Amino acid sequence: MMIRVVLPSHLRTLAHVDGEVKLDVRGPITPRAILDALEADYPMLRGTIRDHVTHQRRAFLRFFACEEDVSHESPDAPLPEAIADGTEPFLVVGAMAGG
Amino acid sequence: MSRLRVLVGTRKGAFVLTSDGTRQQWDVSGPHFGGWEIYHLKGSPADPDRLYASQSSGWFGQVIQRSSDGGATWEPVGNKFTYDGVPGTHLWYDGTPHPWEFARVWHLEPSLTDPDTVYAGVEDAALFRSTDGGQSWQELPGLRGHESGRLWQPGAGGMCLHTIVQDPAREGRLFIAISAAGVFRSDDAGTTWRPINRGLKSDGIPDPKAEVGHCVHRIAMHRSRPDVLFMQKHWDVMRSDDAGESWREVSGNLPTDFGFPIDVHAHEPETIYVVPIKSDSEHYPPDGRLRVYRSRTGGQEWEALTKGLPQRHCYVNVLRDAMAVDTLEPCGVYFGTTGGQVFASADAGDSWTPIVQHLPAVVSVEVQTLS
Repeated sequence: MMIRVVLPSHLRTLAHVDGEVKLDVRGPITPRAILDALEADYPMLRGTIRDHVTHQRRAFLRFFACEEDVSHESPDAPLPEAIADGTEPFLVVGAMAGG
Repeated sequence: MSRLRVLVGTRKGAFVLTSDGTRQQWDVSGPHFGGWEIYHLKGSPADPDRLYASQSSGWFGQVIQRSSDGGATWEPVGNKFTYDGVPGTHLWYDGTPHPWEFARVWHLEPSLTDPDTVYAGVEDAALFRSTDGGQSWQELPGLRGHESGRLWQPGAGGMCLHTIVQDPAREGRLFIAISAAGVFRSDDAGTTWRPINRGLKSDGIPDPKAEVGHCVHRIAMHRSRPDVLFMQKHWDVMRSDDAGESWREVSGNLPTDFGFPIDVHAHEPETIYVVPIKSDSEHYPPDGRLRVYRSRTGGQEWEALTKGLPQRHCYVNVLRDAMAVDTLEPCGVYFGTTGGQVFASADAGDSWTPIVQHLPAVVSVEVQTLS
């Protein structure tokens, strides 16, 4: 499956990519499968979205899919069909900060 | 003619300043890694075009960047800092046990002889080393495993290992400093460590003369006399003449002995520089006057250096890694402020000029003298 991923701008810069990232993901389309594929293609992103060892999501990042926050779902929970078929992107979003 | 490269880490990116040996005109490159905190970047003494940078963010964590062309281009390398074994606990601010948690790299110290070997001082305090150009990192666990480690507590800025000094004459001798544990020395390349804080006195801890628990801000050495160390402690400027076995206060006539950086003249090992700051609760210069103080006697007797520095309404801070010297003649001295200026002196501190202004808050300054 060709999965679309939108990264925060700082991570796009770090990974030297413009716009969306397209990933070839095999098997069930889950957050873990997408992040595994993302880190395999862009190893400089390891540790910036989730912990190297525990794979726990970094506190100030969120995962959105089809206008739903799936950050607190199991990383192995299947994502909506629209993510799996590439109609919609999987979003990695940095928490807004400032004031 | 020699060239100069000044490496500036700020709260919002890195900047590389270059000049010829006249030190009159400076080109500014950057921001590199814009928007990220750059706690420190430093070049390898063995290969000056090899640079390492600590890039971090509250959102995305730690990244280490490496350049092989003097900062023109960069590549991210390894950022996996995993404590050796079961990390255990240290003490939290309230005195309760707290798990060791990696937060960021405060300081990168490239080996004196091998461009691929670099040390990293991190928060929570530990020392890591890479021998493959930053691709992978291994903790030197004997430091954190010292029997006092479970009693270390963070300072206000976090429990950071911020200073790494290599002895150029005695292979395997390393000095490190931790806020707020103190100074430790290894004589076996980082395998085993012992605290070397005898003579320090800190009124903010229960036992002011405790073996560990001191908030050391920075130590500096002149490479021709590695047994002589200078220290800016939270309060007090200190000196050791026996590789840290004992310390004595040399604050002398300073207007305040609180501060962060301390450095040594490149050619005069008894000439040292500090930037007095009013207090630990104010973090700006006394009387709104930014003054570097120089001692030509290894401490105790100090003179204020003010020419070219703001002498009214100045309320910036100068952080611990934000001062450095070049090796030209006369020696150049550089420091950066939390107000985004980098000041330089091409005459050993007699006069100063801002070589760049309006940067984000400066966290670190390093200088490379290139032939």
